[in-house]
Amino acid sequence: MPELARSVSGKPAVQAISWRRRITDRVMTGVAVLTVVIVLVPLFAIFGYLLYRGLGSIDWAFLTQTPKPVGEVGGGMANAIAGSALILGIASIFGVPFGIGAGIYLAEFGRNRLGRVVRFTADVLNGVPSIVIGIVAFEIVVIYQKHFSALAGGVALAIMMVPTICRTTEEMLLLVPQALREAAYGLGIPRWRTTLSITLRTATSGIITGVMLAFARVAGETAPLLFTAFGNTFWSLRYDQPTAALPLQIYVYANSPYEDWHRQAWAGSLVLIILIVTAVAAVRYAVRRGSFGTA
Amino acid sequence: MTACGLAVLGVLVLIVYELVSGSGLSWHAFGFKFFAGSEWDPVNEHFGALPFIYGTLVSSLVALVIAVPLSVGVAVFTTEMCPRALRAPLSFFVELLAAIPSVIYGLWAMFVLVPLLSGHIQPFLAKTLGWTGLFEGPPYGIGMLAAGIILAIMIVPIISSITREVLSVVPQNQREGVLALGATRWEMIRLGVLRNARAGIVGGIILGLGRALGETMAVTMVIGNSPQISRSLFAPGYTLASVLANEFSEATGDVYRSSLIEIGLALFFVTIIVNALAQLLVWTVTRGQPARGNA
Repeated sequence: MPELARSVSGKPAVQAISWRRRITDRVMTGVAVLTVVIVLVPLFAIFGYLLYRGLGSIDWAFLTQTPKPVGEVGGGMANAIAGSALILGIASIFGVPFGIGAGIYLAEFGRNRLGRVVRFTADVLNGVPSIVIGIVAFEIVVIYQKHFSALAGGVALAIMMVPTICRTTEEMLLLVPQALREAAYGLGIPRWRTTLSITLRTATSGIITGVMLAFARVAGETAPLLFTAFGNTFWSLRYDQPTAALPLQIYVYANSPYEDWHRQAWAGSLVLIILIVTAVAAVRYAVRRGSFGTA
Repeated sequence: MTACGLAVLGVLVLIVYELVSGSGLSWHAFGFKFFAGSEWDPVNEHFGALPFIYGTLVSSLVALVIAVPLSVGVAVFTTEMCPRALRAPLSFFVELLAAIPSVIYGLWAMFVLVPLLSGHIQPFLAKTLGWTGLFEGPPYGIGMLAAGIILAIMIVPIISSITREVLSVVPQNQREGVLALGATRWEMIRLGVLRNARAGIVGGIILGLGRALGETMAVTMVIGNSPQISRSLFAPGYTLASVLANEFSEATGDVYRSSLIEIGLALFFVTIIVNALAQLLVWTVTRGQPARGNA
């Protein structure tokens, strides 16, 4: 920068910044603001449209009835909402303990080569496309059972939950001060007992937040359910039967040529978003209140 | 706990095993020609994956071209320019984009974005940029361009949150130093911040690419699902993930299913490589940078 060199050698120390540099500065600031606006437009467009089309479409029938036959107006997605709950329940039963267990392993016992490998594997798993996980669940559950089922959908979603829960659990446990662990050891408490009653308990609220984030992430997943849970137009709450799920139903209805089904797809999307947001918000609130915290 | 950690490894091994064993039949039948052939004929059991590979790459590239400047702009604005009070809500809004399920993006794209494209944006592009050959043909709305745009909206939160993280580890001294030399704010950002964070930003971009490659539902709903290779972005296409979504559950015949599983395997490997690369890049910046800054 020649201006600076000159200012050292006797010229006025503070020099006006040339108009070109000043304008570039202004323009780039403007560009940055513009990018923010461009990014926020779709966000508000999506939420606005969701509210606009969804609110007008949710009625009592939508929440309490099963789908009507093709072409008939009316009916609802009650079975899909229940089915989603069932599949997510199955996924949590498999996914949450494994995820938390793996997280504990990484944080407390994983300061070695095996730990690094597991950590890297979890990150890799996190990036595997959900549809590929659907194929795997198909191969290990559906082929074995010989038909689509809620169990297969649950297994697929569980595989997706594990890496997220594992890494957040690890992060949360690492935040627990080392002094706390040392104090426990000092009292003669064995390591496993320290982990369970001291470290884990201190980190509970963080771990629950991680679990809920994983839950919210898989709740809207459609791709791995296409050929595992498959969808169903009737009530079914059996783990070994094809089961409807909210995202699947939205997908099928959106691709249909019927105006009434499009309406229900919007309604379903709104319900799905509300469920996801309230689930996350409720846990955040509960965690902040401390009712889950150090019990 | 070690068992849980090993289970994470086991899941990855299981995925690889199932995909490899499932695709064996197709591998024997077609060998490497599978990835070079452009014929997809389930009736005569001739399968080539080239159109899907092409569609996946092009739609993701379009997404990157749109998303990269936007996300870097947003990240720069939130870390360097905006008033402190705006920072948290802005990042919250951008991250909200990441919470929307893919199927809802697809629904919105089908009913809002596609009509907008075919009615206004595509005729305009054809008129002004038609000579490039990229924007030719009838403006149906559905096609590569729509898929690219919706993917771009979906990966902006990923790229921008990583970029933000990387920018925030650039040492504060660096900024102060460049400002003290008389730089304007934009020069400070360009020379002092962006240049330092380059590797990490590239990592974030690659991570976004990984997400775009494997994204299924939203793309399937708007890309047109036709296995063809054409230069124009207005033309419909097909991706690896969406052919799985559409055809896997109704694949009759062992070779057909096996070919689809091989597509899944290809998708799996590509995303793993892409993600590992990204992780490495982000890691070098967030771990290595502060040490070098202090030296």
